[in-house]
Amino acid sequence: MTLESVIFSVLAASAVGSALLVVTRRNPVMSALYLIVNFFCLAGLYLTLHAQFIAIIQILVYAGAIMVLFVFVIMLLNLGDERKLSDGVSWKKIVAAGFCAALLMEFVYILIYSEPSPAVMSASMATEIGTVEYIGSQLFTKFLFPFEITSLILTAAIVGAIVLAKRKLD
Amino acid sequence: MIPFWIILLKIVVVLGVLMTAAALVTFLERRISAFIQNRIGPNRVGPQGLFQIMADLVKLVMKEDIVPTAANKTVHDIAPMISISIALCTFAVIPFGNTIELFGYQVKLIIADVNIGILFILAMTSMGVYGVSLAGWSSNNKYSLLGGLRSSAQLISYELAMGLSIIGVLMVAESLRLDQIVMHQTRYLVGWLPAWNLFVQPLGFVIFFVAAFAETNRLPFDLPEAEPELVGGYHTEYSGMKFGLFMFAEYANMITSSALITTLFLGGWHIPFSENWGVSPLVMSLLQVLAFCVKVSIVVFFFIMVRWTIPRFRYDQLMNLGWKVLLPLSIANVLGTGLAILLISS
Repeated sequence: MTLESVIFSVLAASAVGSALLVVTRRNPVMSALYLIVNFFCLAGLYLTLHAQFIAIIQILVYAGAIMVLFVFVIMLLNLGDERKLSDGVSWKKIVAAGFCAALLMEFVYILIYSEPSPAVMSASMATEIGTVEYIGSQLFTKFLFPFEITSLILTAAIVGAIVLAKRKLD
Repeated sequence: MIPFWIILLKIVVVLGVLMTAAALVTFLERRISAFIQNRIGPNRVGPQGLFQIMADLVKLVMKEDIVPTAANKTVHDIAPMISISIALCTFAVIPFGNTIELFGYQVKLIIADVNIGILFILAMTSMGVYGVSLAGWSSNNKYSLLGGLRSSAQLISYELAMGLSIIGVLMVAESLRLDQIVMHQTRYLVGWLPAWNLFVQPLGFVIFFVAAFAETNRLPFDLPEAEPELVGGYHTEYSGMKFGLFMFAEYANMITSSALITTLFLGGWHIPFSENWGVSPLVMSLLQVLAFCVKVSIVVFFFIMVRWTIPRFRYDQLMNLGWKVLLPLSIANVLGTGLAILLISS
């Protein structure tokens, strides 16, 4: 095994492990913390693909901004042990388990029977794609229209959030 | 290719210097605050009281580590670790000199010269919130929790202004690499003025400086640990070396912020007009490292002076300043810089 595959295995294993811990912890703050660990593992995986920019944005936006707000809200509500809130086995849980099983079977099927995609990029191309310069120039030339649309949607979302949060519009 | 052991050497030297400097700054702060308040300050242990640092350290290590019964023990232990590791690893991307000829290799005086430089620092500072807010939450004490929540809100608010104030610098330097940003500042404007971003981006400099005070939880923005209302804030329930780590992280953060201000706005390791001195490259490299240290020390000194001169803000004033003054100003700075670049280039 090369060093790269060792690093990949360690990161992938800890990503899966922390993801499992996110859904099994009783305490919401601990779940949130394991989710942050998961984001760090993902960022590490991006780094093994030479995507420095994506990796740091993963940490900056998800772990650094979104999860800070999550943790902030959980702490503000001071949620304690979740055990009192849970209600045994309900039909919702059974249906959800069914869907999860179906999704798992699909993934297993795809992994076993699919042909490797012909559009695999060469390693040198991948190194170039991960840089800030490449992403910036592509975003502002080839993908300018989707980029602007996204910013419009985000602005609309922000305005909507403010309108909803304000009890009385004056 | 630079061998592995040189990289290791750089890491060891930088960490050693950073930790020593952080310890030294705690002592300096006590002496300077005494000077400002017309007291004498600690001057008994060793020459000028310099060994006071060692005495403090021994005291902190020997103290009993008390964890409240109702606290979440694991998180209570992890929080100071997060704070200190983030405070120390931010320095990895800051260039403290140009290049130096060492054992036949041209060594760049920066630990990790990464493509994303400044973004790494922003990401690390945004992770710093966790140390403080988890410390507040895990202590299971209302004052600690309030301190932690305040700090989260404060850091989130000032991160925006901080990030946007840097964009102007990035637009001028056309790179996220910190060594490129310094290189870009080694030119001269109108023939004699060094092109430091202090002169190119004065508004960005002021915004960044104010935001840096808020990000390091220093007065006048030290609301997370405001003693009169919150006992001690997020570290109320910490004792011994765990408390020491928080203090240490604060001082390490202060040095890193000063180094960042130096790199982004004060020309980094650049000594103006030194190109014509005609000294040998090795001496020049050492002089540049010295210049970097001197500039950082001046900014640190300013940090300490401000702490003991200006009173604390009220919380609503802090939020108003962050969201209604600094944020619009930093956006205006980005637009103004863009316009200026467009006019100059056309």
